[in-house]
Amino acid sequence: MTEATMVAAAPAVDSSLPYNDAVPGAVVGEWAADTDKALFVAPDKLLALLTHLRDQEQYDLLSSVTCVDYSAYKGKARAGIRERFDVVYHLYSTKKGGGPVRLHVRVPDNETVPSATSVYPGANLQEREVYDLFGIKFEGHPNLRRVLTWEGFHGHPLRKDWKEAYYEEDAKPFKSRHPTGGYQWHEDKLPWGDNNTYPAGWDPDSWQEPVTYVPVSQAPHHGFGELDTQSIVINLGPHHPSTHGVFRMLTRMEGETILALEPEMGYLHRNHEKIGERNTWLMNMPFTDRLDYINSMSNNLGYALAVEKLLNIEVPERAQYIRVIMAELTRIINHTWSIGFILNDLGALQTPALYAIEEREMILDLFEEVSGARLMCNYMRFGGVVRDLTPGWEERAKYLVHDRLPRALDQLDELLSGNEIVKARGRGVGYLPAKDLIALSVSGPMIRAAGIPYDIRKAEPYCIYDRFDFDIPTLPESDIYARYYIRLLEARESVKILQQALRDIPKKGEVLGGKGGYTFRPVEGEAYARVEAPKGELGYFVVSDNKANPYRYHVRSPSFINLNALGPMSVGYKVADAVVILGAIDIVLGEVDR
Amino acid sequence: MFGTGLLKGLGITLKHFTDTFTDDRRKTPSRYEDSIKLDDRRRIIDQPITQEGLLTIQYPEERRLLPERFRYIPMLIWDTEVGEDRCTACGICAKVCPPQCIWIVRDMDDQGKPVTRPAEFYIDAAVCMSCSFCTEFCPFDAIKMNHDYELAVYDRYPQLVYDKEELTVPLEYYAALWPTQFAEEQERRAKEKEEERRREEEKKAAAEAKAKAKAAGAEGGEAKPRRTKEELDAMKAQAAAKAAAAKAGGAEASAPAADDAEAAAKKARLEEMKRKAAEKAAQRKKESGE
Repeated sequence: MTEATMVAAAPAVDSSLPYNDAVPGAVVGEWAADTDKALFVAPDKLLALLTHLRDQEQYDLLSSVTCVDYSAYKGKARAGIRERFDVVYHLYSTKKGGGPVRLHVRVPDNETVPSATSVYPGANLQEREVYDLFGIKFEGHPNLRRVLTWEGFHGHPLRKDWKEAYYEEDAKPFKSRHPTGGYQWHEDKLPWGDNNTYPAGWDPDSWQEPVTYVPVSQAPHHGFGELDTQSIVINLGPHHPSTHGVFRMLTRMEGETILALEPEMGYLHRNHEKIGERNTWLMNMPFTDRLDYINSMSNNLGYALAVEKLLNIEVPERAQYIRVIMAELTRIINHTWSIGFILNDLGALQTPALYAIEEREMILDLFEEVSGARLMCNYMRFGGVVRDLTPGWEERAKYLVHDRLPRALDQLDELLSGNEIVKARGRGVGYLPAKDLIALSVSGPMIRAAGIPYDIRKAEPYCIYDRFDFDIPTLPESDIYARYYIRLLEARESVKILQQALRDIPKKGEVLGGKGGYTFRPVEGEAYARVEAPKGELGYFVVSDNKANPYRYHVRSPSFINLNALGPMSVGYKVADAVVILGAIDIVLGEVDR
Repeated sequence: MFGTGLLKGLGITLKHFTDTFTDDRRKTPSRYEDSIKLDDRRRIIDQPITQEGLLTIQYPEERRLLPERFRYIPMLIWDTEVGEDRCTACGICAKVCPPQCIWIVRDMDDQGKPVTRPAEFYIDAAVCMSCSFCTEFCPFDAIKMNHDYELAVYDRYPQLVYDKEELTVPLEYYAALWPTQFAEEQERRAKEKEEERRREEEKKAAAEAKAKAKAAGAEGGEAKPRRTKEELDAMKAQAAAKAAAAKAGGAEASAPAADDAEAAAKKARLEEMKRKAAEKAAQRKKESGE
């Protein structure tokens, strides 16, 4: 948008609102809730404001794009507002650090919003997700089609009036369970077939998947070199061990060289967010375990932080330390595990992965001892953690972080870092400049391997991370090798944090603050909390209606959004490299598909 | 020099190999050193945090030692001291259950009035996500997490839908699985009981004092007791009969005399569970003794 048009369309501008002096008329109001402040943006000025924020105010990372359907919202703050949807943007600055700029764009039913992809290419997958789950169309989006559900899916599931199969009630607990709750098998009540509908005019039998997807369809089809060869379309996955789950890479290839690659996902989609709206606030906790099932502890932590923002609960000192210890242990698990799998993808089948598992077993034993489960820990609560550490746990953890883990990390380093094959396969492969990665909303080890020292633990410290002395390792190369090596360096920093945390943890004390209990009614409003999960920025966006169930529950999952970069990173490399490039993004399909 | 990285790596794999292999060739491999031997083949192995090399457990003959807090599927506690279910059918577990896999039907007495006892209690183990919220929020210590993880069956329905019979375990079984928590709970429960008794006594004393004062104050007036002695005696008798009936009903799980076979089967099942619990308790003892 040019400056002239911006000035021309500037009727009554409230100059007391932020950014209105730079982009007149862009911000039309504030939600001055008790929780986090939000700015309401005029849809036609959105792109101008985003451009201004990116270029002038250094908000270079469009972290999260999501949507809220307010049609059933009883909140007073919304009284008199007729628009049904709010598209919510969270912008962060990797240069300045600190909190977000939160923008709301109000959209009536059946209207479009300008797509942010021209300013932030990273909005690509997230806008597709909003389109898929809410049915909001983004004008100017290059590839606006369903992403998590398939084309034959009827309706947009996160709309408040959409009911799932086996729908019972709007909110748990369901009335049929007590005191007269005779067991009935769901599948008997609603036989499959009666609740399966297709969009109007849709015939599942005659449908064939089109290969017209952007960018695969836009890549050149033939005419390479001297011979008039033809490029071919190949599906890598969904059932292929290199895709780490059910995930498909649709590629157009010339020989073995990738011309275009498009990630296809949603095979594991279970509408986590809709389930989350049915659940009570606390019930969501064990569900978060199942997102990134390798790091249930950090998933728990992010969700607990988001809800604590709304509930205003103090977390006791000892619980703060326990949380940090668990989060860092889980980071070591994830990083050693992902190193093992990068090597798996490189062809070093199982040996590095097995060595990584050895240490992981020890950490999982520790998790199991305190929480009762190895993977689905369900350990954090609003206001702390559920149970105290067991006697002797700290001693064993100390042995682990002082002796065993440093030794194991050194061993991995020695085993792999100097290896000529790892170097040959990793150096210079999957290169993408740091600027592009940020623009694609990539976060976590991926951007630190491109030389950007951005880590939420330092940029916007949560819990008690500001008390520990640790560095943010960075590497400049931004290739597979750097992405492998950065994880090793980060695991070492985690060991450093763990050593300090285990030294400073109060010997006794409460581990659960607040009133406890199982019913929470947070104040009306919204909150976004993010943690530096091992895979990147894990954010939880929750909207409360002052009820026992969340009104909206959104997970900004790093695995999903980091996939924005998969296509651009793979183009020009061989198909065998694409497998490693995917492995080095480090995705978990439980979190990608949600 | 080209290839040094490869050689170094090979050295590490060789070290791992010898760590695992030489240990395994010993007369008693280190993994058996602190294990609990059940018989010639069956063992329970605890992986020490100092374990070097790969540790393989020969399941199903050998099993892992599970930590106390291990959670799998919930179980209902049969209080053998009192001879009744601890569950009062309050429904909190069904309310907090995230996948809503608990179904409770509250029992009724002859007049159709609800009583604090479940008539039916189902958990769909195929749906249960082992989060242990039910145990966390149960105010009566009536539902706890079982450690038994071998639940494989051919059909999800109805085999994985556990009813009250299948879920109920005697208190000793729970005490054997969760010794630390059980001890803490017993202490707390004893304290609560004591507190309750004390309060009752205080109440009684206060009432007596009040009555005395009233009698003193209304001397000469007509200090008519609210109920006659006969009425009170009748009420007491009624209450005692009711309690006895409830107790008997609980102990025999309200099995009428005609259903002798069913009662016997139930009894046998409980005995079997007790035996199992004792076995587990012995196992725990052994392990703590060593």
